[in-house]
Amino acid sequence: MLLIPCPNCGPRDETEFHYGGQAHVPYPENPNELTDTEWSRYLFYRENPKGIFAERWVHSTGCRQWFNMLRDTVSYDIQAVYPMGTRRPDLAADPAVEAGTASTAADSTTTGTAAPSLSATSLAASPTRTAPEGATK
Amino acid sequence: MSTQHLPEHPDFLWRNPEPKSSYDAVIVGGGGHGLATAYFLAKNHGMTNIAVLEKGWLAGGNMARNTTIIRSNYLWDESAAIYEHALKLWEILPEELEYDFLFSQRGVMNLAHTLGDVRESIRRVGANKLNGVDAEWLDPQQVKELCPILNIRDNIRYPVMGATYQPRAGIAKHDHVAWAFARKCDEMGVDIIQNCEVTGFLKDGDRVVGVKTNRGTINTEKVGLCAAGHSSVLAEMAGFQLPIQSHPLQALVSELHEPVHPTVVMSNHVHVYVSQAHKGELVMGAGVDSYNGYGQRGSFHVIEQQMAAAVELFPIFARAHVLRTWGGIVDTTLDASPIVGLTPVENMFVNCGWGTGGFKGTPAAGMTFAHTIATGTPHRLNKPFSLERFETGALIDEHGAAAVAH
Repeated sequence: MLLIPCPNCGPRDETEFHYGGQAHVPYPENPNELTDTEWSRYLFYRENPKGIFAERWVHSTGCRQWFNMLRDTVSYDIQAVYPMGTRRPDLAADPAVEAGTASTAADSTTTGTAAPSLSATSLAASPTRTAPEGATK
Repeated sequence: MSTQHLPEHPDFLWRNPEPKSSYDAVIVGGGGHGLATAYFLAKNHGMTNIAVLEKGWLAGGNMARNTTIIRSNYLWDESAAIYEHALKLWEILPEELEYDFLFSQRGVMNLAHTLGDVRESIRRVGANKLNGVDAEWLDPQQVKELCPILNIRDNIRYPVMGATYQPRAGIAKHDHVAWAFARKCDEMGVDIIQNCEVTGFLKDGDRVVGVKTNRGTINTEKVGLCAAGHSSVLAEMAGFQLPIQSHPLQALVSELHEPVHPTVVMSNHVHVYVSQAHKGELVMGAGVDSYNGYGQRGSFHVIEQQMAAAVELFPIFARAHVLRTWGGIVDTTLDASPIVGLTPVENMFVNCGWGTGGFKGTPAAGMTFAHTIATGTPHRLNKPFSLERFETGALIDEHGAAAVAH
């Protein structure tokens, strides 16, 4: 079972959460102008990377808030948690994230519209790809 | 059951050749579907200068991890047609492949636990009969007669209100199925190349002309992808996308027991599916983990839920011990139906999206996909399962019959 660090409630069991699939999929601005191909892309096509995936989770039995998470789909390692509506943190470019230091300052990748308590927090404890404590082996 | 003896393990059923520099066609993925495709390419289309590339060992992915259930009681005409064709092939394949892989038509029950289930089930039985698929509706007493260890009393959270039953459905020894196909492929000259991972594709414009692997580059006129959970990864290498999400799907077996379970019981609602293998293990499947994953393992609570359901339905299982659990990566689509056919890349074909139930489809997937690769056109049976359906909206929504339980 995954141990998911809710930005509001702290680390909790996966069973308290629901999965929301890929993050950063905006509703098309002008749906009526889309071709069938473009509409099918929006409806049915989602990324499916073997590696880091930006995804949404909701803490349904806790604070009931949605948030985004970067997770490795092979090791199931949780790399970062960041607010809805902010851009995906660049794990390679942000040394604080990569070094595993929890970032408490407003993150450079956020748009500034998010609540300050929800700045991107890195969870990568080490550069190794071992599963975090609590993750299913 | 346990009175039947498993076939002896033979020495070697296929060669382990070095890859040649070129083939007429290359199949990526040496699981059931890849091997079946190669078999039918050679047998039905005379294409023997072909290779099956497998990044690990033969049939070590989902072919080794599934719960071996074979049935064809799907709701929609398109699905009933292809799965029923598969079942008819299962019935003749042991003889055709000269290999007794213990295909046991012990029947499959799909339990109903709610009024909604009952209505869906009866509707599906009707649809099945119209499509020539054997199907019956059983009341709880008939369920009990067929499977005496099932608890049909109303003292559980979701009592059994009846079941659909397909007598011709059943199970087979999955490893032996793969080996049976592999041996025949090898006999006809197909190169089965293990430990050969595809790392990229060679393209001439929009046309694929070769495959890059960790064992060198292989030129080929045609490429067929049969990579299940890794289909998206291969498609991305080739420059197109698939509407696939890869999820972990778990299963488990108990230690060996005397024969207690004469059929196959599936329950979508409380979510477990159970049979007893020939050797005596109780084989149980769970649902997919909600998150995307390539890790071939899932979360414990999914197993816990599945066991809870199993113990409620089969009280005697409470004292059975779990021997091992495992996970595979399943390639799910949004309409719970497979994708078989052409791709945006010329001469590249895809067979994927079988999700949680690809084993039962193995022979028909192979037969129709071989036709598509050989002729460059869809087969009558796989035509509805084209990639275009996500644009045209002609989806084949099998969530009722397919999504959760296989």
